[in-house]
Amino acid sequence: MSETNSDRQRRGDRESAFYLFTQQRLPACKPVLTPPWVITIYFLVGFIFVPVGLFTLRASHSVVEIEERYDIECVPSQFRNDKVSYIQDDSVPKNCSLLFKVDKYMKAPIYIYYQLENYYQNHRRYVRSRSDQQLLHGRNFHGTSYCQPLESSNNRPIVPCGLIAWSLFNDTFTFIRGKALLKVNRTNIAWKSDRDHKFGKNVYPFNFQNGTWIGGGKLNPRIPLSNQEDLIVWMRISALPSFRKLYGRIEEDLDVGDYVVVQLMNDYNTYSFGGKKKLVLSTSNWLGGKNDFLGLAYVFVGSSSLTVAIVFMLLHLRSQR
Amino acid sequence: MDSKTPVENLYSIEPALSSSSRRSNFSAHSKSVGRSSIREVSFSDLGPKPVKYGSRGAESETYNMSQKEINDEDARLVQINDPVKTNERFEFAGNSIRTGKYSVLTFLPRNLFEQFHRVAYIYFLVIAVLNQLPQLAVFGRFASILPLAIVLLVTAVKDAYEDYRRHRADKIENNRLASVLVNHEFQQKKWKDIQVGEIIKIHANETIPCDIVLLSTCDPTGVAYVQTINLDGESNLKTRYAKQETLLKIPEKENVSGLIKCEKPNRNIYGFQANMEVDGKRVSLGPSNIILRGCELKNTTWAIGVAVYAGRETKAMLNNSGAPSKRSRLETHMNLEIIFLSLFLTALCTVVSVCAAVWLRRHRDELDYLPFYRRKDFYEEEEDNYNYYGWGLEIVFTFLMSVIVFQIMIPISLYISMELVRVGQAYFMIRDTQMYDEPSDSRFQCRALNINEDLGQIKYVFSDKTGTLTENKMEFQCASVWGVDYNSGKGSSQDQKDGYFVEVDGKILRPKMVVKTDPELLQFARSGKDTKEGSHVHDFFLALAACNTIVPLIVDTPDPTLKLIDYQGESPDEQALVYAAAAYGYMLIERTSGHIVIDIQGERQRFNVLGLHEFDSDRKRMSVILGLPNKSVKVFVKGADTTMFGVTDRSLNTSIIRATEAHLHSYSSIGLRTLVIGMRELSTSEFEEWHSAFEVASNALMGRARLLRKVATNIESNLRILGASGIEDKLQEGVPEAIESLRTAGIKVWVLTGDKQETAISIGYSSKLLTSKMTQIIVNRNSKESCRKSLEDAIIMSKKLTTMSGNTNDTGRTLGASLTPVALIIDGTSLVYILDCELEEMLFELACNCSVVLCCRVAPLQKAGIVALVKKRTSDMTLAIGDGANDVSMIQMADVGVGISGQEGRQAVMASDFAMGQFRFLVTLLLVHGHWNYQRMGYMILYNFYKNAVFVLVLFWYVLFTCFTLSTAINEWSSVLYSVIYTSVPTIVVGILDKDLNRRTLLKYPQLYGAGHREECYNKRLFWITMIDTVWQSAVIFFIPLLAYGGSTIDASSIGDLWTLAVVILVNLHLAMDVICWNWITHAAIWGSIVATVICVIIIDAIPSLVGYWAIFQIARTGLFWLCLLSIIVAALIPRFVVKVLYQFYTPCDVQIAREAEKFQPRSESAAVEVEMNPILNQPRP
Repeated sequence: MSETNSDRQRRGDRESAFYLFTQQRLPACKPVLTPPWVITIYFLVGFIFVPVGLFTLRASHSVVEIEERYDIECVPSQFRNDKVSYIQDDSVPKNCSLLFKVDKYMKAPIYIYYQLENYYQNHRRYVRSRSDQQLLHGRNFHGTSYCQPLESSNNRPIVPCGLIAWSLFNDTFTFIRGKALLKVNRTNIAWKSDRDHKFGKNVYPFNFQNGTWIGGGKLNPRIPLSNQEDLIVWMRISALPSFRKLYGRIEEDLDVGDYVVVQLMNDYNTYSFGGKKKLVLSTSNWLGGKNDFLGLAYVFVGSSSLTVAIVFMLLHLRSQR
Repeated sequence: MDSKTPVENLYSIEPALSSSSRRSNFSAHSKSVGRSSIREVSFSDLGPKPVKYGSRGAESETYNMSQKEINDEDARLVQINDPVKTNERFEFAGNSIRTGKYSVLTFLPRNLFEQFHRVAYIYFLVIAVLNQLPQLAVFGRFASILPLAIVLLVTAVKDAYEDYRRHRADKIENNRLASVLVNHEFQQKKWKDIQVGEIIKIHANETIPCDIVLLSTCDPTGVAYVQTINLDGESNLKTRYAKQETLLKIPEKENVSGLIKCEKPNRNIYGFQANMEVDGKRVSLGPSNIILRGCELKNTTWAIGVAVYAGRETKAMLNNSGAPSKRSRLETHMNLEIIFLSLFLTALCTVVSVCAAVWLRRHRDELDYLPFYRRKDFYEEEEDNYNYYGWGLEIVFTFLMSVIVFQIMIPISLYISMELVRVGQAYFMIRDTQMYDEPSDSRFQCRALNINEDLGQIKYVFSDKTGTLTENKMEFQCASVWGVDYNSGKGSSQDQKDGYFVEVDGKILRPKMVVKTDPELLQFARSGKDTKEGSHVHDFFLALAACNTIVPLIVDTPDPTLKLIDYQGESPDEQALVYAAAAYGYMLIERTSGHIVIDIQGERQRFNVLGLHEFDSDRKRMSVILGLPNKSVKVFVKGADTTMFGVTDRSLNTSIIRATEAHLHSYSSIGLRTLVIGMRELSTSEFEEWHSAFEVASNALMGRARLLRKVATNIESNLRILGASGIEDKLQEGVPEAIESLRTAGIKVWVLTGDKQETAISIGYSSKLLTSKMTQIIVNRNSKESCRKSLEDAIIMSKKLTTMSGNTNDTGRTLGASLTPVALIIDGTSLVYILDCELEEMLFELACNCSVVLCCRVAPLQKAGIVALVKKRTSDMTLAIGDGANDVSMIQMADVGVGISGQEGRQAVMASDFAMGQFRFLVTLLLVHGHWNYQRMGYMILYNFYKNAVFVLVLFWYVLFTCFTLSTAINEWSSVLYSVIYTSVPTIVVGILDKDLNRRTLLKYPQLYGAGHREECYNKRLFWITMIDTVWQSAVIFFIPLLAYGGSTIDASSIGDLWTLAVVILVNLHLAMDVICWNWITHAAIWGSIVATVICVIIIDAIPSLVGYWAIFQIARTGLFWLCLLSIIVAALIPRFVVKVLYQFYTPCDVQIAREAEKFQPRSESAAVEVEMNPILNQPRP
């Protein structure tokens, strides 16, 4: 290569992006935190967060929620000292009734939740004790070793296998307002994605709850898993040891002063480990349920930002660097 | 343009010299005065006759060793021309080489074996293995080995590619052809088939296929010239000799046989000892009789030798090892913090297992009935515990499982990221055009890949002088002949444009380099030796042309009538002198072992070389005994003034001696390197006496070097001083500015040189190392006691000077600048008494008070000793920079070694961690790249600690809500991908590309380098602040969703997705907040990572067989999700932001101020604005 040629090439290089890259001189933006910027950022955060917080708080307050613990009330007084034997004794009737008074107008749909506390659905042994493949493909799927100790009974596979399905919640509730039965919609309570893709349409319960030790609810062997919505809801394991699960929806408004009588079958055993059972009626909005925390958090973060902004502004005005 | 990719540059295997071989022979390479030559010559009479050559006289040790009997067990016996008998027991390697590490079969096991040498991988592996135990299976099989598999795969692919290239190179090498003697004729044979014992013939410009002992060459005296550029990078020719016993044998015609007994293969390329039995005679062989594989035969039509070492046993192959590995300061600090982190990890695991123990104990009666525990398996005939191993074991399992879950608390990926970042940083350093040396076409080289960030914390720079501060292109400047100073600065005559030339057969012969000539001196030189001055001048230039070991090479030029003479030699000083002599009409035309031909003013004259005493570091002079055409015999000596005046005849013309001494003083005070030339005419009796002594000495079996030195000392006496020469060693471009920048940056520059004191001081002045403001303390003593005394005085004096000025300026901010600077000048003789004894302590104390230290007349090992002196006593980083073999020990001793790839071969480069073309690049290297690298790496380490700890803590908080059973809401795949995909790229990109300040600012305010000295970017305080911030951020990430979703229908997968996204977005925004320089790559990396994470989460949640199927879509549909995300990010970052802002406004560091100045001052103005910097820490850290 001749001298001039390489010179020209070098000159060409200087302008090329690659040259700038190798010389670490790519065009770059170097933001520097100047007081005006910082103060603006804090004000901005404050001015966004406080209104959002207030808005969230209002949303939370607009949710009407009635909650009632029933696991103790429903135990007949003679069994109060030995609740475990009560729940295990099949001869004792388990029905029980609760009375809900509506203090605020509740607009339909009103969601019915059952709430369990001190129930570790996220326990490692529990979480793993399921077979998603089997739920989708049925009992022909054999890789269900995770389901132990509830993998098979009497040398036949259990469908659905595993602890989670075995411990299916089986209290039932009926709601009466005045004289009339409130209609409870128990469909569409599980995720559509679960029903469509996760639980098999041709998978039927098999050999379920046939052992010596019954954990919870039984399943109708003629209904495919994809339609067993209580199971699907139950199988979505909760994140925290105290959780709600959707039971159904009341699709009528409840007025102030209405009394709702809940007839329930108190079948599910939480007594042996000190768990609590609650029944919850709640309206819903964009926020979900009643929860003031996030609103308060927003207001707090927003107002502290504003404080910091004001402090910085004063400091900046007093001593400009 | 160099087409090599950086990776190629970094990993290419060069024939690096091993440390053992580098250590070998510094004494022989002392370069202050001419280099040693290789031979010693003796003649039985005046005519050229077959001569004997010994090994190098100067290497007395090597020589003595070779005289020792080599034990048969330690020896290799080579039957000349009988490879079968030689290798009867098949113990010698064949000549085929394999530099490739693996074959197809062994690749997998060997590569894995090598990869698992790293602790990080072992940790990975142990965790993965633990996870395979059914009781401990936290992650799925596949997920748990994925990260390890990715890392192993990437490394394996890289290794395989490199190995493939090596195999390819080997194949080419093995199939080259050489002529080998088979059945009395030379046949072409592939290199790989050559065997030890075979006789090989090599023609001009061919490469030597294996290590051979020379038997004969085309030259009647048995000289062969070789170029060793492939071996040590030195381009000048070296001479090798065949023994006279074998010289006349013609292998094709007669049966050559004999036995060579040589040492076992070793990697010392400068040493060889053996003896050879030929025709019943026993001759000893030395390093000058062997040609090593990889050298090229030059200037010699053919050479015949016998293979002694082949293939992997050749010295070149034995030296095929990489650069030494060092560990950076930052990494050492980091390892301490890693220990903290592992303690923290242990603490977390202990908390979990203790809580689990308590929980299990409290619920021990319920375990069978808990629906979420179900200890007993009732379905079997016998009620069995299912997956329950008793309280104690359950706790152990809990502990181990928590180690598996929290494993990334120890940021193993950091080690891999750091390696990648260093490769990236090295790439930019290599590509930097400001560190590209155009004249020599040499780029910056990164030879050590793991100490990039140390460049940002250098406190001491030890520099060689010759070739490092100066160009080492010697130029003859002036001469003092017979007491008259001829300074060519006076002006130049007209006809010297093309310099001197001679015409031979119509062809013009001209020296390659043109030297400025002094017209007056030229006049005398031309006038012939009739006048008195003329005869002195004649002798002077004759001495210059003859008294050396230069080999003239005649080079063709495109112009057929013009030929150039290129003087090849090992010493640049000698080259300069010979070129000078040629310019004055004394052109060395030919040099063989027996005679030299010098063209004197157009008339060719032949001089017989009767003897040559080569240079050694004790005598510091060399001499040659010439038989002149007029049958007189003269000895010419040139050497250092210190030793030359000791052997002159002082009774003769003292005035001339005095004048010469005065001239020498003035030469050296303007920075010239001086040599004194002396001469004596020998009477016949003197010559005979010398000759017989020389014969005896060179045939002696024991202590030959000592005897030869004695002979030399005897003959080099009562000399007549002919004159002295002054050679300029030009300062490299930009050296004064570079030294000033380094000094402003708070780096102490020590110059260690072999030059004499006056030269060193004058170079010190011209390089601005010394200034007139400085007080000089000079220590040059000859005994331990006087050294102690002068050190004591010097300490008192330096203290007085520094404290005195310190008191007067106590209030001022400019304390650092106002001290009276003290310069310490110390010489090698004093150092002999000071180093390695209790005086070291005093010297160190003294040196700390001085802002400049100049050591002159130091030997190579003393250089290392001085570096060690500082390194042992401070924790400050040291850097040594040098270019020659004599700097190797110092380069290896220092924390960072920098080699200048200059004139003097490549030994220094081979030993160095970084290599560059010019001294001034050191400023860019340290102030710019060092600063950047340090800042980037420091931040990257902290950030990696933070990002892994945040994730682990989020997992930990959740564990507290799951009966301490190590459940994770975050999907296992996300846990695995977190450090692989979600967060790895931005930190690497920022680690390579972020710039806290631009180059211009860093060079303009060298004080900014102090950030590294003060450890501003990585220290304990920052670590703990980061860790506190980590705890806060993880708590925000975890508890905001926990409280917002408390008691709702939220399922584990959905909230897990929220946590995953929150962590990833937060750590990336955290990084974004700290990035200083945003270019499009940074943008792409940070925002791209977030997008990639979202995509990964979506993909994971679209797999129906996983628990979290469709969770992200369900949760992202709710407003609560987005509100949580927003509040997490803002609330988590606010404290950090407040602290950052307060810190920047109220206690800004220099870097911060400079950054704002860079941003807000218009370019034109910024030159005028002075930014005030922190005073430089002057005291060393203990």
